[in-house]
Amino acid sequence: MRAVRLTVTAAATAAALTALSACTAKSDAKDGDAIQVTAADSTCKTSSTSVPAGQVTLKIENKGSKATEVEILFPDDRIVSEKENIGPGTRYTLTAEVKAGSYEIACRPGMKGHGVRQKLTVTGGGSTAKRDPQLDTAVAQYRTYAQDQADETLPKAEAFVKAVKDGDLDAAKKAYGLSRLGWERTEPVAESFGDIDPKVDVREDGLDAGQKWTGWHRLEKALWHDKKIGAEEKALADQLLKDLKDWQGRVGKAEITPTSMANGAKELLDEVATGKVTGEEDRYAHTDLVDFKGNVEGAQKAYELLRPVAAKNDPALTKELDKQFAALDTLLDKYRSDKATYDFVSYDKVTEDQRKELSDAVNALAEPLSKLAAAVVK
Amino acid sequence: MTETQGTQTTPSRRALIGWGGAGLALGAAAAGGAVAMARAGNDMDPAAAETGGAVEFHGAHQAGIATPVQDRLHFAAFDVKTEDRDEFVQMLKDWTEAARRMTAGKAVGEGAYGGLAEAPPDDTGEALGLKPSRLTLTIGFGPSLFDKFGLADQRPEALVDLPKFPGDNLDRFRTGGDLCVQACSDDPQVAVHAIRNLARIGFGKVAIRWSQLGFGKTSSTTPDAQTPRNLMGFKDGTRNIAGTETDRLKKFVWVGGEDGPDWMTGGSYLVARRIRMHIETWDRTPLQEQEDIFGRDKGEGAPVGKAKEHDEPFLKAMKPDAHVRLAHPDSNNGITILRRGYSFTDGTDGMGRLDAGLFFLAYQRDVRKGFIPLQRNLAAHDALNEYIQHVGSAVFAIPPGVRDSDDWWGRTLFSKEA
Repeated sequence: MRAVRLTVTAAATAAALTALSACTAKSDAKDGDAIQVTAADSTCKTSSTSVPAGQVTLKIENKGSKATEVEILFPDDRIVSEKENIGPGTRYTLTAEVKAGSYEIACRPGMKGHGVRQKLTVTGGGSTAKRDPQLDTAVAQYRTYAQDQADETLPKAEAFVKAVKDGDLDAAKKAYGLSRLGWERTEPVAESFGDIDPKVDVREDGLDAGQKWTGWHRLEKALWHDKKIGAEEKALADQLLKDLKDWQGRVGKAEITPTSMANGAKELLDEVATGKVTGEEDRYAHTDLVDFKGNVEGAQKAYELLRPVAAKNDPALTKELDKQFAALDTLLDKYRSDKATYDFVSYDKVTEDQRKELSDAVNALAEPLSKLAAAVVK
Repeated sequence: MTETQGTQTTPSRRALIGWGGAGLALGAAAAGGAVAMARAGNDMDPAAAETGGAVEFHGAHQAGIATPVQDRLHFAAFDVKTEDRDEFVQMLKDWTEAARRMTAGKAVGEGAYGGLAEAPPDDTGEALGLKPSRLTLTIGFGPSLFDKFGLADQRPEALVDLPKFPGDNLDRFRTGGDLCVQACSDDPQVAVHAIRNLARIGFGKVAIRWSQLGFGKTSSTTPDAQTPRNLMGFKDGTRNIAGTETDRLKKFVWVGGEDGPDWMTGGSYLVARRIRMHIETWDRTPLQEQEDIFGRDKGEGAPVGKAKEHDEPFLKAMKPDAHVRLAHPDSNNGITILRRGYSFTDGTDGMGRLDAGLFFLAYQRDVRKGFIPLQRNLAAHDALNEYIQHVGSAVFAIPPGVRDSDDWWGRTLFSKEA
């Protein structure tokens, strides 16, 4: 929902990286050992594709017409080291501590997008920064999860879009909540692409001046409030599907780190606390509990993947988190007839007392969850 | 006044505001009885009230009752969310430690900065650089707490559920609570910081049910200080029990060993009422009527027919429904309570009326002999009822003080059966 998230993720990432990479500190590598990187607007040439583990030096020259960014990336797209804003015609020397394994060097002309990439193989030997393979596994699995959620969302979104285009109000209403589930489960990842979120998940009051209102909530208002589907709505449905396909295509490349996973889990609870518990999110459809459940499931997934490491570092915390996740699940189950469905009670039927109870349960989970990142990087 | 009683539209009832009357009589009885305080330290010295310093957290009684009244309040009532007694007790211990630190002007836990960059800090940070500001934190246990953790047989007989008084229009979102914390300080930010950090430590174990901010103390426990005025513009608490009046505190405020149960010895009972004032109609009331309603003049605060605020009131000179007359101990078989109320303003309501009034806090040895009979009398007859309405209500058992650095809030109740 909010572009602010991007900053949060980036900050957490940067913090995590300081522990893992040496950046541009001292360079005692001789020129002969350095990799020459020639960046241009559509190419990224490297003088070598294989180096021994240890301190690696990149001698970068930007021969393109725009400022560029050069990164050394882990296989899961985490950044080992990077230099932003290398101006046209300028040079920069980047060094990093790298252990054996497969990497990529990316040049990102204009500092945007996926970038132009070259393989880099780091061969065994030499001293390397320590990385916890359990955390690498967690990140890789979470990346798969995020991709799966996007992949599974597309057919549901297609069903929703089809119903809208058929002018079938009832079918569209039925398909609305489920079409959002995968997005809600992985919202912090989805939001890390600052350009997609404002198109698909913005609410009317979140619009910038001059911004056209598109996406789920615009259609929600048409279906529940205006109770009609016109040509504009049908076009917006097509647009939604197109934007979601964009998400599906990019989600696998999102920058994910153990701390961004942990803080992303907390952010999912923040979403619940600020938008769902209040009934703001789906103010016309009142399907807030479906989103709520999706947010909690996504947080739980991130937590479960990080749990082995967190349990070693802070067993009291994981005990508390296990308990509070279970308590919230139990509470949410009271609002659906069958645990296998996402057929939740309409949120306008949830009383003030019940909302308070849900809010208390969210706080009870979110507070310890805010300590997960520390337990992971300890 | 009385003609409005029993009507739906101008409800109200009350008692509070002016227990100046009650205080008046009391003071007369105990004048000159100042004695050393039970609490350790010199925090009872009114001079210390000016220092912005720290009030001793440890003592035979909890600070925040007989200690000098500060200017600001953040009062919070909590519901217990856990069923695990050990977990609840651990929270009380964690709260005690945080309270010990905050009342001394220190940050909670590892502090507000300098820790891991990836984790939120232990302390929220908004009180950094501020003085302790005489922060006191006072905990209480509500009747509903005793339904939990198998505590039913420990519930004091004196901790009764308050009856419904005529004119009460209680909002359930401002009423009740399993426990409460009263945070008083000379700096509102310090008081808010304290409740916020305790709430944070409590998440998962307790949840805030309601809370109230207050300003402008409406009664004093330091008689030498200027008598404060309530939002109706009248002096209030002229003769409230002073923190130095050991005999009266013992007689009317502190629970004695013979009162039972044992765990309450040295404690007290607190009644908290949110009393909304119909500010706009009050302000349109003629001065003479205002003074008649209270039974004292507006400028000096003198009782009817007298010249000075501290002159002994002659009750029969007042109208029969005058607030001071009805609230006076002589009209209530000597009933005396210690008041610690604050004015409140929560902005305006949707109709443009000031949402303001008195957040009434009264400490007493036994609610059945203190607030209840007094309020019954006032609710039935007080002329002030036309201008006030009780909209929130709660009652709590206030355990004795935390003795030393090994002690914790609620130990006398919870360690017994442990």
